[in-house]
Amino acid sequence: MAKVTLRNLRHSYMPNPKSPEDYALKEIDIDWADGGAYALLGPSGCGKSTLLNIISGLLIPSEGQVLFDEQDVTQLVPDKRNIAQVFQFPVIYDTMTVRENLSFPLKNRGVDPATIAKRVGEIAEMLEVTDQLDRRASGLAPDSKQKISMGRGLVRDDVNVVMFDEPLTVIDPHLKWKLRSKLKELHQRIRRTMIYVTHDQTEALTFADQVVVMQDGEVVQMGTPVELFERPAHTFVGHFIGSPGMNVLPCDMRDGGAFVAGQNIQLEGPVTGNGQGLRQIGVRPEYVTLGDGGLPATVRKVSDLGRHAVVEAVLGDTRVNAIIEGATPQQGETVGLHFKPQQTRLYTDGWISTEAGS
Amino acid sequence: MKTQNNRAWFFVLPVLLLVAFNALIPMMTVVNYSVQETFGDNLFFWEGLTWFEQILRSERFHAALGRQFLFTGLILAIEVPLGIIIALSMPRKGFWVPVCLVTMALPMLIPWNVVGAMWNIFTLPDIGLLGYFMNNTLGIEYNMTRSPLAAWITIITMDVWHWTSLVVLLTYAGLVSIPDAYYQAAKIDGASSWSVFRYIQLPKLKQVLTIAILLRFMDSFNIYTEPFVLTGGGPGNSTTLLSIDLVKIALGQFDLGPAAAMSLIYFAITLLVSWLFYTLMTKDDAK
Repeated sequence: MAKVTLRNLRHSYMPNPKSPEDYALKEIDIDWADGGAYALLGPSGCGKSTLLNIISGLLIPSEGQVLFDEQDVTQLVPDKRNIAQVFQFPVIYDTMTVRENLSFPLKNRGVDPATIAKRVGEIAEMLEVTDQLDRRASGLAPDSKQKISMGRGLVRDDVNVVMFDEPLTVIDPHLKWKLRSKLKELHQRIRRTMIYVTHDQTEALTFADQVVVMQDGEVVQMGTPVELFERPAHTFVGHFIGSPGMNVLPCDMRDGGAFVAGQNIQLEGPVTGNGQGLRQIGVRPEYVTLGDGGLPATVRKVSDLGRHAVVEAVLGDTRVNAIIEGATPQQGETVGLHFKPQQTRLYTDGWISTEAGS
Repeated sequence: MKTQNNRAWFFVLPVLLLVAFNALIPMMTVVNYSVQETFGDNLFFWEGLTWFEQILRSERFHAALGRQFLFTGLILAIEVPLGIIIALSMPRKGFWVPVCLVTMALPMLIPWNVVGAMWNIFTLPDIGLLGYFMNNTLGIEYNMTRSPLAAWITIITMDVWHWTSLVVLLTYAGLVSIPDAYYQAAKIDGASSWSVFRYIQLPKLKQVLTIAILLRFMDSFNIYTEPFVLTGGGPGNSTTLLSIDLVKIALGQFDLGPAAAMSLIYFAITLLVSWLFYTLMTKDDAK
């Protein structure tokens, strides 16, 4: 187990990177506490897999350091780092039984047979694969195979960090939930530092205590699931997390206030910054209500999702979503939009620029 | 409802004709010859299974079959491991990949009788590069036309030179199709390079190796042109493999009946061994 520190990390796949665009990873500085559950969330190509490979040692970063418990491991090869990794597709040794698969990492490290048997027994118990131990691993279903690959990572007790690279990609939807809660449970039992890479917000938000949202090789925001949802630091986070994502409306600034369609919009707190750049209003659909007055918008679509409905309205040429419970308006109707002031923020060039209200 | 008819079957007709003329009819001609005796003039006499009995009891057939199995066994024992070793040591990316692949494929592009002729000249003791070097420079007696051992070494070496590439190319294709994650997982699990070969590469190569061995078995078991051009089956009968012997009986002695019976037995053995091997290799996959 270990604390993981990434210091001034940058990586480029080009031999001589010049502009910031040449970097797949731009300046990453992260501290991950020992025993925590972390998620790296971002769309495909945002650099999260590159970051993961740097931590596991499959890739040496162009600049910066990787520290495990303050020890520099940047140049170490994977098997010297004592890490475990679970890949997108289950990696199992076809010709071995489940038991042999689970004991393989221990056997390679010369652990004595009695200890191996004990550890494998415990892990099999945790993963609920005890009755499959003597079966050939090649005949298992994908979800069991993925459990075995997780097991190979968890069986060693000297592991610094366990990494998951989109491990539920090939799992059937109804089993994803089961495996996800299993993983959460495992983390609580063995308290090892775990890093989970995914592009699926549900997976990231249910698994992790802290989620790191990445875009274009940059960390956009790091925080608890609640923080990411309640107060996105960047419009990207607002878009990416939540379903539907945060509404972003263009606005004018005058007299120290923000105006949309000629109406003053109340914000959570005072505006920061020098007033330069593209200004936008961000508010989540959960905090948009319909009523008299407010911003007049035309209802374009109503999707009834059972417990609540998503109303898509058009204000000028901007689409605004509202999640409402109870009676829904008709298509084509004109409604008044109201934003909850404590949850309405100003963004400048994408980044948040209001102070949190009291 | 649409009228049902079976006219679509006419689409199969061209294939049926093709198969009939290139396989079924020639094959049945052989079956026809194998149970009759002829003295020419298109006169045939019924002989029943006499020729089959005669062939199966003949020492000459046993000897040729023995040589055939020895030849096939030896080339498989050399070409398969050698092919795997070469494929493992080939680069996976970069400039040298196409260079290696083309170099590997070259021997396979040469016509079989040309290969035979090339090696024949190559090993001639008086003017051949290898033959002259061995006899006159190293002083090692090496003469294919006199020593059966030299003849065997030469045909084996020639086949290894000609066909190891097939095993290499198939194995290489199998190797590059193994996802990187397997190697990364093995690295993280602390596996040695032998373990990587034993538990990842070999199991993943099982299918391509099955095909490679099957192809090499069938080809080498039916080999004719190269040893015929190289040694003509000699010295004596020492390199007379099954197909060479068959041609001697059929065209040399014009014993069509025994030759036909031998062809069928030969075909049956090839088929049986291939089927047994394939069934054994794919037995586990069905589970």
